[in-house]
Amino acid sequence: MSRRVRIGILTPTLLALGALFAWAIAGLPAFGDYRGPYGLVLNRVVVPLRHTTNVVMGTTFDVRGVDTMGEEFILYAAVVGVTLLLRDEVRSRQAERRTQRLRSDAVRLLGIVMIGGGLLVGLWLVSFGYITPGGGFQGGVLLAGAVLLLYVVGNHRDYGPLRRQHALDPLEALGAGGYVVIGLAALASGTAFLTNLFGHGKAGTLLSGGSIPILNWASGIAVSVAMLLLFAEFLETYVVPLEPEDSGS
Amino acid sequence: MLATLVPLQAVTFGLVALGAPLVVLTRDPLRQALVNGIYGITLVCLFVVLQAPDVALSMLVVSGIAYPLVILAAIARSRGEDRKKERDGS
Repeated sequence: MSRRVRIGILTPTLLALGALFAWAIAGLPAFGDYRGPYGLVLNRVVVPLRHTTNVVMGTTFDVRGVDTMGEEFILYAAVVGVTLLLRDEVRSRQAERRTQRLRSDAVRLLGIVMIGGGLLVGLWLVSFGYITPGGGFQGGVLLAGAVLLLYVVGNHRDYGPLRRQHALDPLEALGAGGYVVIGLAALASGTAFLTNLFGHGKAGTLLSGGSIPILNWASGIAVSVAMLLLFAEFLETYVVPLEPEDSGS
Repeated sequence: MLATLVPLQAVTFGLVALGAPLVVLTRDPLRQALVNGIYGITLVCLFVVLQAPDVALSMLVVSGIAYPLVILAAIARSRGEDRKKERDGS
């Protein structure tokens, strides 16, 4: 197909799409106009009922806790899929020998400082997720990112213990399964699945929210271990074609 | 409070509008990963200005950690294969 024909097809299509887009934009509610009744209800109801000062967490882990469980299992299914497709024990051992060392000391020092900061902020985001903005997902990814920095600033051997999949697999199962176990505990005690069982505690403290903190930690563990597993699998698949360690020096 | 927020919102919207085409126009994948990270930061600013801190944090970890990770892994692989091809060819 020549350039002229392609432009001939593109121009009217682009114009039609642009017209539709402009029409759709023109029909949108004004900027800042809020029409969802649920948000207004939740804003009024969550803090008195669940004592979690972060309404978002009270919503995700209590009001719509089942949806969050579904989301967690989407991530879990993705990790299981990647693991089944990519896991290869021989390559895992090869990858160990074939990683280049970081040559700049300044970058390495910065990385080490960032590992500490990342771990601290990650732990804070998970543990205080239901009091201040944060939560299991955000904190979990940040924790995994801090651990991955260890791979960047160190070498494969320093990072080795943290990418043993046989140690990570049960942790991932603990995170994903823990969520369901909390839900089933409510079912066993005679109420509906994922009913908030424990006392709601004092609002604004770590001991508030009932089962929300436990669900939050379960998803935090599940997310951070999922990230580490994904990275471990990518690493052993992708790193093999690179040069052997310290080949340039 | 609203009056002071309007210029801030306008600036962050402008940054986002500026950042998106920059990501598309960057052709080198490694640079694109970096530009995309910066674009993510402008989105984070936008979410903070629009008072959605939880969404901002999610955006921060996704655009700053999770997404570059996948891209960098893919780049490492393709570049490694290029180098391997060169080696095999020579």
